[in-house]
Amino acid sequence: MNACTGDEARSTAEAVARRSYGKLVAFVAARSRDLAAAEDALSEAFASALQSWPQNGCPTNPEAWLLTVARRKLIDMARREHGSELVDADLERVARVATPADEDIPDRRLALMFACAHPAIEAGIRAPLILQTILGLDAATIASAFLMSPTAMGKRLVRAKGKIREAAIPFCIPEREELPGRLDAVLAAIYAAFSEGWSDAAGTDLSRRDLTSEAFFLARLVSEMLPGEPEAIGLLALMLHAEARRSARRSEDGEYVPLAEQDPLRWNAQMIDEAEALLVRASAFGVTGRYQLEAAVQSAHVYRCRTGHANWEAVLQIYDGLFTMTRSPVVAINRALALAELYDAHAGLEAMPDHGGDGRLAEYQPYWAARAELLAKAGAHEEAGQAYEVAIGLERDPAVRRFLERRRLGVLLQGMRRNAYR
Amino acid sequence: MQYLLMAYVDEAGWPKLSQSEQQQGIAAYAAYGEALRTSGVMKGSNRLQPSSVSTTVRNTNGKPQVLDGPYVDSKEQLGGYFLIDVPDLDAALSWASRCPAVNHGVVEVRPIWGM
Repeated sequence: MNACTGDEARSTAEAVARRSYGKLVAFVAARSRDLAAAEDALSEAFASALQSWPQNGCPTNPEAWLLTVARRKLIDMARREHGSELVDADLERVARVATPADEDIPDRRLALMFACAHPAIEAGIRAPLILQTILGLDAATIASAFLMSPTAMGKRLVRAKGKIREAAIPFCIPEREELPGRLDAVLAAIYAAFSEGWSDAAGTDLSRRDLTSEAFFLARLVSEMLPGEPEAIGLLALMLHAEARRSARRSEDGEYVPLAEQDPLRWNAQMIDEAEALLVRASAFGVTGRYQLEAAVQSAHVYRCRTGHANWEAVLQIYDGLFTMTRSPVVAINRALALAELYDAHAGLEAMPDHGGDGRLAEYQPYWAARAELLAKAGAHEEAGQAYEVAIGLERDPAVRRFLERRRLGVLLQGMRRNAYR
Repeated sequence: MQYLLMAYVDEAGWPKLSQSEQQQGIAAYAAYGEALRTSGVMKGSNRLQPSSVSTTVRNTNGKPQVLDGPYVDSKEQLGGYFLIDVPDLDAALSWASRCPAVNHGVVEVRPIWGM
């Protein structure tokens, strides 16, 4: 044991929490099958660490320490549930959560991810469940990433964990023939985690930046453990393309810079090279998919911005393929923007999905920003101004809000000038 | 873990089968039961009489009320069950997928409430 001050203990515990949370939850839950209990026991163990480590020193193996305490908490929890007498099933369950003798805790995260993505779990909750159990995200954060109310999200997460426990869904990597379907949900969750981290453009929010690196860790883990799955490779390529442009999204004074105005020299060339190589590797399998196509769109954007050669026809083709595959309104918005580049703003506006048919679309900032952009190009300044206003109202990032505000003032000025000359 | 595999089938289908088809059907269920027993997972099984001979009982205002017919009036009715003991849900689903009932109905897999 090393003596350490309160601050040091706190930061060690927090670092362990961030690094090991998912691993420890996966290890405990894989044995006990009780995710909710594993999460409770570990959060209590982390709380004990914050109390004990400043007084007694940080343990040499913090993960083993936390696991031992968590195991004790599991026994306490079983006692509370069944009175002082532990039933056999409880004892057996707790016994299986013993710390491995070599102190090297095996990584069961992939198995946990597949348990969460089991076909017996409601489809819409699989990705949020993986985010909560592997990355320790709270229900409110996940709810906002998935456009869902926090209360509803919380209830559905609890229900899914109950089903894993009561129906005894196994923690294992599925057989070959079952793998592709189950993998979809796993990849969707990793991408959702990445998107949540990527939305912190300034990189000031430490927990969100960790989310990005966790997502990369999970994407690399899955593509390494399942090297025959082109979509796993495609997802990693897509994430690398996006990450390569992270810092170029902000100017030196912290203002938002849209893709068309970014300096390609500020992109991470190494990440782009890796993404391109991965795309080639994935395409060799001859099986296309959503993530490979989305990565191909990013690849086309990089080519256009670097060379100045307009390639909107190619971009539109990829979006056509993506839309046929996913029917996603988000894809429809991007497809409409590509149409506007290739033809004109009216073509884009006509192809925009209708927010009346989908309530979530009406609350989706990029929908309103895209609509405003197209309306402004079409010369409908007043309508564009209104759409920008809705987009600003829906945006949580101040830099993007300021950018949209500048655009809004721009179109309003244009509209006023036009009226003055009439 | 014990699971109850409940076979919900269209009762109107059985009488329409020819005698040899009915024999094939009985043989398929017999083979399935035998496979469950040989693997040591079988805990119990029964075929049920059709829901037309079913009766429901409930207490209404302190008085038991007895009604003719099944609880849920639907085309597919519980026609039989298998109680099995397997390690986890995947093993239970794997057995359910082999049950002859999935070809002419649906099999619901429910974990038994462990005491």
